[in-house]
Amino acid sequence: MVRQNNQCAEEVDQVKLAELDRFIDERKDVKGLLIPALQRAQELFGYLPDEVIRHISRRLDIPFSEVAGVVTFYSFFSTVPRGRRLIRVCLGTACYVRGGQEVLAALRHELGIEVGQTTEDRLFSLEIGRCFGACGLAPVVMVDDDVHQRVKPARVRELLASYREEENEEHETDLVTEGVAE
Amino acid sequence: MYNVTINGKDVQIAEGSTILDAARQAGVSIPTLCFLEHRAPLGACRVCVVEVEGARTLQAACATPVTDNMVVNTNSRRARQSRRTVIDLLLSEHEGNCQYCDRSVDCELKEIAHDLTIEAPEYEGERVPSVLDTSTPGLIRDSGKCIKCRRCVTVCNEVQQIGALFPQYRGYDTVVGPAFAMDLDSVACVQCGQCAAVCPVGAISEASHIEGVWRALDDPEKHVVVQTAPAVRAALGECFGYEPGTLVTGKMVSALREIGFHAVFDTNFTADLTIMEEGTELLMRLKAALTGKAEGYHGPSALPQFTSCSPGWIQFAEYFYPEMLPNLSTCKSPQQMFGALAKTYYAEQAGVDPEKMVVVSVMPCTAKKFEATRDEMNASGYRDVDYVLTTRELGRMIASAGIDFRSLPDDEMDAPMGLSSGAADIFANSGGVMEAALRTAWELVTGRELPTGNLHVEPVAGLAGIKEASLVIEDPLPDWSFLDGVELKVAVAHGLGNTAQLIKEIKSGQREYHFVEIMTCPGGCIGGGGQPRMTTDEVRRKRIAAIYREDEGKELRKSHLNPQISEIYERYLKAPLGERSHHLLHTKYVARQVV
Repeated sequence: MVRQNNQCAEEVDQVKLAELDRFIDERKDVKGLLIPALQRAQELFGYLPDEVIRHISRRLDIPFSEVAGVVTFYSFFSTVPRGRRLIRVCLGTACYVRGGQEVLAALRHELGIEVGQTTEDRLFSLEIGRCFGACGLAPVVMVDDDVHQRVKPARVRELLASYREEENEEHETDLVTEGVAE
Repeated sequence: MYNVTINGKDVQIAEGSTILDAARQAGVSIPTLCFLEHRAPLGACRVCVVEVEGARTLQAACATPVTDNMVVNTNSRRARQSRRTVIDLLLSEHEGNCQYCDRSVDCELKEIAHDLTIEAPEYEGERVPSVLDTSTPGLIRDSGKCIKCRRCVTVCNEVQQIGALFPQYRGYDTVVGPAFAMDLDSVACVQCGQCAAVCPVGAISEASHIEGVWRALDDPEKHVVVQTAPAVRAALGECFGYEPGTLVTGKMVSALREIGFHAVFDTNFTADLTIMEEGTELLMRLKAALTGKAEGYHGPSALPQFTSCSPGWIQFAEYFYPEMLPNLSTCKSPQQMFGALAKTYYAEQAGVDPEKMVVVSVMPCTAKKFEATRDEMNASGYRDVDYVLTTRELGRMIASAGIDFRSLPDDEMDAPMGLSSGAADIFANSGGVMEAALRTAWELVTGRELPTGNLHVEPVAGLAGIKEASLVIEDPLPDWSFLDGVELKVAVAHGLGNTAQLIKEIKSGQREYHFVEIMTCPGGCIGGGGQPRMTTDEVRRKRIAAIYREDEGKELRKSHLNPQISEIYERYLKAPLGERSHHLLHTKYVARQVV
């Protein structure tokens, strides 16, 4: 089960890398900077490219294997590019017993993808989470930073539709803006 | 002091001790799998759970500090059954292949299962697939056998400060290994094998060369010679039931002959040679530094000079301190000096075609397997060293040859590369190379014997992580007058974590030395990654003492007085750092990228 980190040697955006360096430099003496740095990197790049993980290892002087250990431990981190919206279904204990699995099944069906995959239109990626700390609201689904509580499998289509609509609106706005620019 | 009662026995133990410490003091044995001495307890394996009066749940003995008047029962029904369940669960995931495993004789998991009378699988379920990592010349890892105790992680990160290994992924999918469960050659592993030395099961071991050696021995065309490192003679006996620290030099030679090697030589011989070359190099560097020039010397002049016998340390420097490479002695390790000379000097003398010669070395070390494969190690025109066996592998070869080791008579190594001084023996101990070098360098410079008492340099011996000594040179011979009054400062570190600390202090100017000895493994080669398991500090001390006994038992205790060394310079090499030495015995290093 040797899982190679199959990243094609993608050019890393130097502007974003400089932004990450600035983030690290501003917190030079902070202990436990690894996770904040990884979070910031994922914010900037949308995921954690191999070269960025190595960069963080060098900058924080933490062994590459340890950094990778942290990246692979937390389901929040992704080493593959994600869609524009990240859907995370909580399967922590509370959400699990209150039907998280069924919600996940509905999402898989509705999106036509498996956990860890991204829809063809690159709009949604599907991941599972291990407790968001909102057990009272179980089962919980997070779409980016939005928390959706007590999600029912039957309501999943509706939930996705709202994001699709939003995306369309943004898309139209983009077109209009472009038109104006022309 | 606290009073603690364990299984009805009262012990007095210092505050801050753990239940495990107290149990050991009381003579009560508690099984452990993740525990490592001198390291903060992980409490990961849960095998050491015990009953503590007043506590609701069982406590991990390794991680629970004692309190005054604590009453502990390690043998309650609940403790016994829990321990058993822990082992049952580990066994249910462990792809043991016990009948083929090289740990079948000393597997800690198997021993504990046996002691707990586990006789049938309690749980059956999915097993972690076995994936072999054979990417490095020194080590083999088998993910299916790994029980995730993390001893290897602790050693690699804390003792050696390399950080090649770390748990990857999560839960059932956890794999202990390099980043993203890639192979070892994708990270900065120096192949010291300390992970293999502490692994309780067969998940990390040396890459075996046994079959290759047998093939060479069985080939009538081949002339197979063997060299044995000094540390092997103080540990090989452990493979045959001897107490740690039993010297078995003579029996080892007999066994090697019975196995069928055509000549039995000693890495000690090239250890003595190393002293001649490395000692001269040090004096030349000092001359260049103190007088501004050293005629006829063209090597690097950076000080302090670092020793270069330990291949794990060499790779550590190549990865993490490339700026220090000019400080490393250009001398090859004794193993590689031996290989280069066996296929030239000895081949010539014995009238053997070097192409048909096979050089086998027996080392306490896994990094030596890597060292032998380095591109530049072919000064003889051939691969200088063909096979490297660990002490453990030699033990297995002796057993498989049907040799009754304990009843073997003592024998002696062959000429012209078998005679050695006591100074060569102590290469096995942390501080030993330094002491050996000082015995010779001091005498070359002053014409007098090293005045430190029985030729030992006490301050650099023993298990302290970083050691130092200084000697003021007085009344040197005319050639070395520039050293008059100079305070020669030396330091010794063992274990790469201590090494990193020492280098940090040298680079910051906090410490200043002329000569520094580094050994990769704690205690030096006697604690190498290829030695019989388990190497604890108690075992290290016994092996160290045995090596000093070997040294003190010899008439010949200084490298420069070894007649076979004088002979090789007269007949072949001419002079230390000479043309031939430069070609055969010296090397260069390459900077490597960590990530």
